[in-house]
Parts: sequence; structure tokens; C-alpha cells
Amino acid sequence: MNQTISEKILSQHAGKPVKAGDIAIVRVDGVMATDATAPFAIKAFHQMGGKKLWDVERVSLIIDHASPAPNETVANLHKLMRVFSAEMGCRLYDIGEGICHQLMVENAHVKPGDLFLGADSHSPTYGALNAFGIGVGSTDLAATMLTGKSWLKVPKTIKITLNGELKKGVTAKDLILFLVKQLGAEGANYQAIEFTGETIKSMTLASRMVLANMSSEMGSKTGLVDPTGLDLWYPFEPTFPDAGADYVRELTFDVSNLRPQIAKPHSPENVVSIDELKGTKVHYAFIGSCTNTRLEDLHAAAHVLKGKRLTSTRLIIAPASKKVFNDALKDGTIQILSDAGATFITSGCGPCVGSHLGVPGDGEVVISSTNRNFQGRMGNPKAQVYLGSPAVVAASALAGEITEPTE
Amino acid sequence: MTTAHVYPIDNIDTDRIIPGKYTKTLDMSALASHVLEDLDSEFSKKVQQGDILVAGNNFGCGSSREQAPIALKAAGVSVVVARTFARIFYRNAINIGLPVIEVEHHNIQSGDSISVDLEHGVVINHTKNETYQATKMPQQMIDILNAGGLVNYLVQHGDYV
Repeated sequence: MNQTISEKILSQHAGKPVKAGDIAIVRVDGVMATDATAPFAIKAFHQMGGKKLWDVERVSLIIDHASPAPNETVANLHKLMRVFSAEMGCRLYDIGEGICHQLMVENAHVKPGDLFLGADSHSPTYGALNAFGIGVGSTDLAATMLTGKSWLKVPKTIKITLNGELKKGVTAKDLILFLVKQLGAEGANYQAIEFTGETIKSMTLASRMVLANMSSEMGSKTGLVDPTGLDLWYPFEPTFPDAGADYVRELTFDVSNLRPQIAKPHSPENVVSIDELKGTKVHYAFIGSCTNTRLEDLHAAAHVLKGKRLTSTRLIIAPASKKVFNDALKDGTIQILSDAGATFITSGCGPCVGSHLGVPGDGEVVISSTNRNFQGRMGNPKAQVYLGSPAVVAASALAGEITEPTE
Repeated sequence: MTTAHVYPIDNIDTDRIIPGKYTKTLDMSALASHVLEDLDSEFSKKVQQGDILVAGNNFGCGSSREQAPIALKAAGVSVVVARTFARIFYRNAINIGLPVIEVEHHNIQSGDSISVDLEHGVVINHTKNETYQATKMPQQMIDILNAGGLVNYLVQHGDYV
């Protein structure tokens, strides 16, 4: 049987060969929930009669969505997570450690070939590692915390081949925005995506994470990146698709002439070339989220802002993790960005998800490095949110209007 | 009476079903009072226990937040009918015991009286005396819904079977 990457990984976890369309009960390698999803998962776990976790080493709880707690309700949800993890003996990343997907990758809690359930819709991020990451809700997660298993339908796969060298200033974020536009918000619903091609093979892990992360904006079950050229700090066994594997759709793009891309309000599929939006007034710029605040993103922003000073626009930055922050501190990036006038906040998801910190005002225009610009997403339905790469966000913050980095 | 509330819109995302700023709670009534408020500020006031929500394509796209189907259920919605559903929302709804059904062609208007037969995959419009074919869901999902959700299913079975 010629298999896709999804069929190979899921066959290993089902204990038998499976193909697209099959319903399989699978063994899971690990699970993760955040303060947005863990409280309901803990409640469901107790309701299921759960007394102990299936494997304490494979359960991670992360406080990142409203971190530190902005009010007493959230403080008590955080307390619930701390008490649960202490009683059960599982891993807890408390406030400030970082954003869930970044921590799972950084600390190698997810590895290539794994099947991982995250109670967060951006869990396809693990596809950057050539792992099968699925976003699930709290009750599904609770069931796996109890049993170590879940059930799923083996997805059909869309193969996307990207060829050509990206122009200077064009990044993985521009690529994925372009692809979300091509496929649409529902274009990969219930399906997996395999990203392959020459453009991918020289990409950093951080850039691969951007592609896999935003594959969820096409509805995909997961977004697996071809492991060729994947540079990790530990040895791993890559999973490649078989020649002759069965794809539901195959798309090939030459991306060598791609321009920076921007998603307009209020949908990530509402994408145009930056050229159509130049001059759009911006009040607030945000660099953050599980999509784009890794070290290479902060470097891109610092490159734009070095020696410059923000005047009309506020720039808020939430590094993806404490490690990212510390690395950027050591190499001088934080100083450059701070000198330019950027405000740093705790590593976490707050502004992206509208929980707290950095909520825009009525009618304000935001340019953001995040993954979603749904109406109300950043906490105010009367704001307009545009999505772009960190370099574009930094350049736009500096100019006070949507623009691309000069050079 | 199961009255339909029709929003013939595609891509009604989880932030519009329940904005992120309201999700950090275990209080169901707090969720219910804000359900769909950015789409229709009157929705939570006019929805009655047992009513049916009807939408377009890709209903529930976006976040994995289970608060989205929970908020609808807590507000009184008994079934969501849409052309298509986003993957995680669909699964979450079944897990919490909120039936969801995919109907490609229908003629339902707000105020119509509707009932749903999940086992046979049909939606019946009593007001217009019409029946619409729906996508039949996998047996695994019907089993979970029939148990009242995944919590009850696992309590009854002890494991996935």
C-alpha cells in the first residue's frame, strides 16, 4: 500500500495499516491543554471518573492564554490547573514560560513521527517536526488523559509543492497567507496537507512552524512539512510519503515572484498583495502568537527598527517563550526593539486571542503577526485587524501605515 | 416547538460564537448570555429552549474552544444545521452532546418549525411540509450522541469501543 505521511503515522498508532477514510482508534504520544481549554478538560476528566492520568510524562498543562491572570475568575482557573497538576503529577508550565506550541517543540515534548493531541486549534504546528498534531476540544483531551487513546478518521491529503527561491523580505508567513487565499478558509477541512518542494527544503524549523501552524486557517486536520533539510538538535527518523501515495488534490506553485501578503479584516482568507494596501493608516502593531514570535521573527523586526524610533504607532511584542526572550536579550535584539519604543509583555497568547493586554480601541487599525483576524478576535469587534509578517508589522509600525521593509 | 433561527452566512467562526474574552470561565450561564453577540446582539434573548440554529458553510471555524458549542447548548439551542461544519467544532459539539447535522440544500427560514432525525440523516420542515436530505454521521458519533456526549459514553463503556 502506497501511503501518505498521515497514513504512515496513523497506521503506526492504530497498530494496523489504515488508509484515508478509515475510522481508527489510535494510541497517542502526548497531549497538551492551555488555560483556555484545560479547566473544562479537568472538569470532564473528573466527570469521567478519572482518578489518575494514563501517563504523567505525556500530559502537559500550560498557562498561556491569559497569563498572568487578569482577574479573579481566571486566577481561579489557573489555581485549578496548578492543583490538578500537583495532585496528578503531570507537567505544568506556569505564567511567562511561553506559548504552548513553542514550549512543546522547544522542550521536545513532541517529536517527529508522533501523534499528538493539543487542546488548541493550532496544534497542526507540530507538522513542522514531521509529527501529526491535531487540535481537539477539552472533552476529547480529557478522554485521552484518561485512556491514552482517541478515535479519528484518517484524513485524505492535499499535496502542496512550493518551488522557487523567496525574494528578500518575503517569508514563510507570506507563503502561508498566499496559500490560505488559494485554498480558502474551508479548503482543507477534514483533510491533511503535505507541504513539499524546493522552497521548503532550506527552511528553518521556525519558518516550517509558521506554515504548519496556519494550515489550520484552511481547516486542515494537520499540516505536515516534508522533513528534508529539517535541522533538529536531536536525532530522528523522518517519515516520507511513498511514491504513488494517493492525494485528493495536488497543487504546485512557483513562489519566486511572491510579494509580501496581507490578510484584511475579518478573515485570514481575505488576502491581498501588500501593494494593494500601502498607505493604510495603522494605530497599533503587534508581534506575537504561536505563529510568529520566534527568534528569527524578532531579528526581522530588529533589522527594520535598528536605530529608528516609533512615533505615531504603538508596537507590542510578546516573545513566543522565555527562552526566545532570553536568547533575544543575550544577542542585543531586545535592546534594539526597546530603544525603538516597543513595549514587551509576558510570553503568551493574550493580545492574539483578546484575553487581555493590548486590546485595540474602537475603529483602530491593527497590523499583527498573528494567525487570525476574525471580528472581535483581539478583544474588540469594532477594530480592524490586518495580518502580515513580523518584518511588515515592524515596518508598518515605523511608518504609521501599511508598508514593507525598504532595501 | 423547535423554531429555526437562520443566519445564511459562511464561516461563522468560534470568536463570533463566543468571543475569547468570555471563554475563561466554567460558568455556563455566563457563556450563554454572550453567545453570537457580535453576529446578533439579540440572539441570546430571543432563543428558546430547543430552538434550532441554521447557518451556511464552515460553521465553527477557528478555535478549538469547546465553549463554542457549550454556549449554544447552554443558551437553549438543541441542534445546529449547516451546509458544512469546521472539523473541531463538529467533533466538540458531538462530544458535549449537541447534535449537528449537515444539509446541503434546504429552504428553511427563520421562524419555521423544524425537527431532525439523526439516525436517518434527514431534516423535516413542518411549516413548509418539506424534508431535506442530510449527511449521515458515522456510527461512532451517533453512539456518543446517543450516550449524551463523550463523558457519559466513557462512563458507560470504560474505554473507546
